[in-house]
Parts: sequence; structure tokens; C-alpha cells
Amino acid sequence: MERNLMKGNEALAEAAIRAGCKCFFGYPITPQTELAAYMAKRMHKAGGVFLQAESEIAAINMVLGAASTGVRAMTSSSSPGVSLKAEGISYLAGSDVPALIINVQRGGPGLGGIQPSQADYWQATRAMGHGDFHILVFAPSSVQEMVDMVTKAFDTADKYRMPAMILADGLLGQMMEPVTFPEITPNTYDKSSWAADGHKFKREHHIINSLYLQPDGLEKTVVERFKRYEIVKANETDAELYLTDDCDILLCAYGATARVVKSAVNSARELGIKAGMFRPKTLWPFPVNELNKAAESASVLLDVEMSMGQMIDDVKLAINCSKPVHFFGRTGGIIPTPAEVLEQIKKLGGAK
Amino acid sequence: MTTEILLAGFGGQGILFAGKILAYCGLMDSKELSWLPSYGPEMRGGTCNCSVCISDKPIGSPLVVAPDILIAMNQPSYDKFINVVKPNGKVFVDSTLIDSECDRTDIDCFFIPSSQLADDNGLKGGSNIILLGKLIKETQLFTLDTMKAAIEKVVPPSKAHLIANNFKAIELGMNN
Repeated sequence: MERNLMKGNEALAEAAIRAGCKCFFGYPITPQTELAAYMAKRMHKAGGVFLQAESEIAAINMVLGAASTGVRAMTSSSSPGVSLKAEGISYLAGSDVPALIINVQRGGPGLGGIQPSQADYWQATRAMGHGDFHILVFAPSSVQEMVDMVTKAFDTADKYRMPAMILADGLLGQMMEPVTFPEITPNTYDKSSWAADGHKFKREHHIINSLYLQPDGLEKTVVERFKRYEIVKANETDAELYLTDDCDILLCAYGATARVVKSAVNSARELGIKAGMFRPKTLWPFPVNELNKAAESASVLLDVEMSMGQMIDDVKLAINCSKPVHFFGRTGGIIPTPAEVLEQIKKLGGAK
Repeated sequence: MTTEILLAGFGGQGILFAGKILAYCGLMDSKELSWLPSYGPEMRGGTCNCSVCISDKPIGSPLVVAPDILIAMNQPSYDKFINVVKPNGKVFVDSTLIDSECDRTDIDCFFIPSSQLADDNGLKGGSNIILLGKLIKETQLFTLDTMKAAIEKVVPPSKAHLIANNFKAIELGMNN
């Protein structure tokens, strides 16, 4: 298969078109802009719609409208822009409409900076808008995985009728790596039971709605949705376990940070320190069983993030705080170096 | 074995383009590789740099902190990075624009008046490519054929007439 050299942002766009995405609505923001630019160039040739909306809020509501008709629709942005989309994502979840949202994270809060960050973990996994709901969250760690996860995200979103997010960051978005595009036939899901795609008076019309003024009706839909979430949690987790079979110290990292951590783990092994790495590929649902398996032989865990420590909450919950979990992170757009992480490993490795 | 390369200079000197050529060389030779630009305000005329990693194994962190090879195309970049080059590393300096002598004895520093050479040979703006020519001669990281093939990939079809000049610049770098 031919290896192409592409930026993460461009690869995400190409993969989405190949996955059968027919509608892209967006608004430019660094470090995500190449994605929208690529869509502007390619989408109409692929028989789809590219539209630069007047704002992020407009874009996500266009996604809600398009996806309600049953087509694959998406939007992309970076942290401050994703906050603006929060309301629309909640509406998507409340209407059981599948769609893809991409967040190429940058430093925050506020306008923050434009360099890579992972400070939107809580937002993506805990509270991507108001109300009781979850979205699927995928965390690629390479340009190739960005490609593979776009298809996976669309498929899983369609399967469970819920929004999916790819949580990337400025480093993955901007870097180029070799990437191959596997021949895929986009999966199609039967949406005829709910899609508002025109009924020509041949069936009852479908209503896409998230407004329930009767509390018992609203409670019922939310409870039913949470039953679906349980199925997602049981079936859709994914993680990479790297050198975890005999590890004394288990590092936990996702996305771009996991690349840095892997380098540090390799260096630690060369020094005779038994380090390993757990890398969740899905952040919601969080791979609880996979983490417990990875942590079996470890006496201590070290969570590393480009934030002040957000995923560490899920790490502690997953192992029920049965082992000490330490944290190392850089934030504001600073990328930790393998040497910095190795120092932390040495500290903990020497303390056992 | 991983070779970590850092290219640094002003925006507009073709730092990212030169990095792309190295990345495509890696692609041509079926290597693992990564290319990471600095982005943002730096792209708009400030200092600009680009990390390229070439390896036989998957690349971990794509951000080059301590390069094996440094290409420095302006004084601030030289001053900023000369002391983080790894021991036994190689440094390629545009000496038309950088007025420094390297006092490190554990690295090889090559001073090439590449901007001047480019101007003298009707290759204005080709300083970056001249330095790449010198780089492949002194490091044997890639062959001339590989680099020529990479250039043909990187130069967009609309600028295909510039390919010949790029080849000329590489050979000029290799012979100086």
C-alpha cells in the first residue's frame, strides 16, 4: 500500500471523506485549520458539502441538521471553538443523532495559546455540554491512528446513535508522518427508523427532538440512553499495553504524550528499570479492565499529561486507588520531553 | 538507530521546505520518519524551526530537543541551538549570515557561505538546498538519487520548472 506523507489535520480530513462523510461544517482556528482547508479543496469533488459557517455555534447546529437526515456529518475545531460547540453537542446527544466532532487541542483556558495541549480531557469525557450524557472519545497517537480512528468513530457513532469525538492536539495535527489509507467500503447503518429524510406521506414522520417538558418522559429517555452507555462501556474500550507484563512502574498517557512516554519507557528499560505503558485509545469509555490488567505487576503508577492532571482521575477510579498514582505534566502548550519523564521514572523507580 | 535533525532560521528561508525534503527522503528509503514544524507567530517572519526524525523504528517524540544534525540559517538559531547538539553531531551553517566560530570540539561544524553561493550561481533563495547537499555529502544519510527523487515529490507541479535549480543547488552543496 502506498505510503503518503501527510499532516495529521489533512489525514483526518481525507479519512473522513473516505469514511463516507458527506457534510463538513467548520470555522477556522489554529492549530486545526489545515483540516478545514483540505475539506474545502476535496469535499465537493467527493460529492459532499463543505461549508464555512459564520461561527462555531452555527457549524455544530448545521451538523445537527445534516446528521438528522441520516448522512455522515462532522465539524472540527480547537479548544476555544469546541467550547462554543458545547450546546450543539448536547443537543446531538439529547436527540440521539450520530456525528463526528474533532478537537485539535491547544492551550487554555480562555483563548489560551496555540501550542499543543491535553487540557480538554475533562470537557470531552465528563461534561461536553449540559445534561446527563456521554460522547464517544477517541485518542489517536499517530497520524496513521488518526486515519483509522475516523472510520471507527463514524461507525461507532452510527451504531449507538451518539456523537463521537476525536481528541487530538496541535502536535498530532501539525506533524507529518507516513500514512496509508486502507481500502474501505464505508459501513452503512440502517437509519430508516429515525432519520428525518423525507417521507413523501408514505410513513409517519420522524421527529428529531431533545425537548421533553414532562419530567417522566425525559427521565425515561435519559435512563434508556444510559442503558445503551452500559453496552458501549462493555464493548467499545480500546487500549495499547506496552511492556506491561513484568512492569514495576506503569506509566499512563494518551495521544501525543504517549509518544514521549514510550521513548522514556524505552530509555528506562535500557537502564534496567522495569517500566511499562498503558495508553487508552478510547477515553470514553475508559478502558478500565485493560488498565487493571496492565497494572497487575506494578507497584506504582505515573500518569503523564499535557495538562495539570485530568485523566489521572480516571486512572485512580479504574484501579480504585489500590496503588499510588503519581503525576507529571506540562501545560500551557509545553510538550514534555522524554528526558523529563525519565527523571520522574528514576525518582519513582529508586524509591521502591 | 534514529537520526534527529533540527532546521532553524527565519520564516521565508525555506526551513520547512528543506525539512520536507528530508522527510520525503525518509519516505523514499522506506524509513520511519516524522516532520514537525514550529507554527504560529514564528511562521510570519520570526524565527522558524522544524524537527525531522528518521529511524528504523517507530518514532517516539517527534520534537527534536537535542539534534544529531543541525542546520542553522540565522544567528539567533545558531546561538540558541549550537549547545544542544549531541556530541559527535554535525552542524551546517550558512556563514554568509552567521558570523560565529564554533568552540565546541566534540561536534563537526561546517561553515558554508550558502546564501552567497546561491546568489553567485543564480539560485536566489537556494541557500537551504545547498546546505542539504552539504548535509548528505558529510553524513551519507541519503544518496543524491534519493534526494533528487524527494525533490520531485515535494515541488508542486505548478512549480516544476524549479526542480532543475534545486538539483543544481544540491550538487553545489555537495561540492563545497
